[in-house]
Amino acid sequence: MPMNQPPAAAAKNTIIERLDALYEYDREPVSEKKLHGWKTFIAMFAGEHVAGTEFVLGPLMVMHGVSARDFFLGLLVGNTLAVLSWALLTAPVAVKTRLTIYWQLKKLIGPYLTIAYSAFYALILCLLAGAMVNVAVTAISIPFNIPNPNYIAGELFPSFPWIILAIIIGTVIALLAVLGFEKIAHFSKICAPWMILVFFAAAIAVLAKLGTTSFGDFWEISKTKIFTGVPVGNNTKYTFWHVAGFAWLCNATQHMGMSDITIFRYAKSWTQGFASAFGMFLGHFGAWVASGILCAAYLSEGFTNPQPGTIALYGAGLAGAACVVIAGWTTANPTLYRAGLAIQVVTPNWKRWKVTFAAGAFMIFTACIPAINANLDRIVAYYGLFFIPLGAFIILDVWLFPKIGLISNFTEKAGKTFSWPAAIAWFGPFLFSLFLYGKDNIPVLERLFAGTLPLWLENIKMDLTFLVAPEWILAALLYLGLSLLQQNISKSKQLTGKGVLA
Amino acid sequence: MKKVLIIVSFIGLALTIVPSFLIFYGVIVMKTHFWLMGIGMVLWFATAPFWMKSKSLDEVEK
Repeated sequence: MPMNQPPAAAAKNTIIERLDALYEYDREPVSEKKLHGWKTFIAMFAGEHVAGTEFVLGPLMVMHGVSARDFFLGLLVGNTLAVLSWALLTAPVAVKTRLTIYWQLKKLIGPYLTIAYSAFYALILCLLAGAMVNVAVTAISIPFNIPNPNYIAGELFPSFPWIILAIIIGTVIALLAVLGFEKIAHFSKICAPWMILVFFAAAIAVLAKLGTTSFGDFWEISKTKIFTGVPVGNNTKYTFWHVAGFAWLCNATQHMGMSDITIFRYAKSWTQGFASAFGMFLGHFGAWVASGILCAAYLSEGFTNPQPGTIALYGAGLAGAACVVIAGWTTANPTLYRAGLAIQVVTPNWKRWKVTFAAGAFMIFTACIPAINANLDRIVAYYGLFFIPLGAFIILDVWLFPKIGLISNFTEKAGKTFSWPAAIAWFGPFLFSLFLYGKDNIPVLERLFAGTLPLWLENIKMDLTFLVAPEWILAALLYLGLSLLQQNISKSKQLTGKGVLA
Repeated sequence: MKKVLIIVSFIGLALTIVPSFLIFYGVIVMKTHFWLMGIGMVLWFATAPFWMKSKSLDEVEK
């Protein structure tokens, strides 16, 4: 530490330096000889998007009373939009800059907002890992005769034996994450072809129980017995817009939020972004339809509380239960590892194993809250909406700024550590989206704004899933306007001899 | 040897998916379907790790 540096500034430098050191190995753009072809990306997407959470999301759509037409059309439109977002937004930027999201963001928004990005990302990754542990426990609990918590029936917490199982499984996952996840990642790729077949096989096997005698009946059975259009319990009704919006939004952080530039920087061509179609249409179409069918057949036999483990066991026996455990475990493990990596940047002086175990403890805690999996679609939607403004900034900075005479990577070039245009354009549109949704759906905000809003604003009824495009566009416009203002102020200062740009 | 392993793996995958169609057409009962899927799982995991390769993105493509 330099002797003449004040302690506060030194501490700040330390955290930025630690952050840089953590990602030092991928600081340089990927070289030509390290590029990969289509096969790698197809395998990666097909493997990553057939996960444990697919057993949760298909049934959620059934529970929310989606009609067959809305479900299939919504998935078609939403997944197509997701593929186009990867192919036309993420992959072209990745191939042009060949940088990770960390270094790309640091150039644009400065180190402090990048630390905030890492911290928020870690939090959501722990939540998602917890959801996957929950999925795995729903299967492992069966042979021990431990009932899974029934959130719809009002069980807000699992039983003590269920919590003990979650702690054991979570600890094993955390331990493996400490040891590294390369071997687990390899194992999850081996599981992928088998897992997708288990999804389909389980669904086909139970179709007969719903009264289908030929595949020609499928559409009729879909309309009347699977996606009936009638919500189960107190669930709200979902429509085409909810399904399409959710299918687009559920990986929005990766495509519109640009975090997958870290992956696509290894692509030979931007067209490889279309490889995402294998993940979307096998996982977020095929697997959601399959788990939706399983859920409907399970409910039709008079069972209640359709959990991933129980519906998989019902449709595929031991192989189904094993599939749920493996799907939960293989996705929780790398997720927790990445969460540990993200947390490490904000916990100076902590060793990697301590950080990963801390993340693991939070993961186990979240796994024991049934409300998380029961509202997984909402949580994933918040997560997508929170991060998509950053993708808008990257698109503008890489493609538009050079064309309209603005300076790309201004924060880095100006030697700044904080970008106020990015801060306002990131949190502003997200909070506005939260307000639009929350004024009718979040009790605290409902009470806060009751009777205070003008009629035109009162009449706008928005679900989280409808806000993907509006928020992204608002963030882009705000960032563009504020960047113009910031760079003009800088130019004025330079002209008067107080400039920061070289 | 590798070819044998690949063939056994694909038999495992076939045992995973084919019985579901047999159930659908009423040829077998659910219990048989569970057994066949279980055998398919064992065959797949006993053989696939020995021939399936997966490259991480950091590895150089030759």
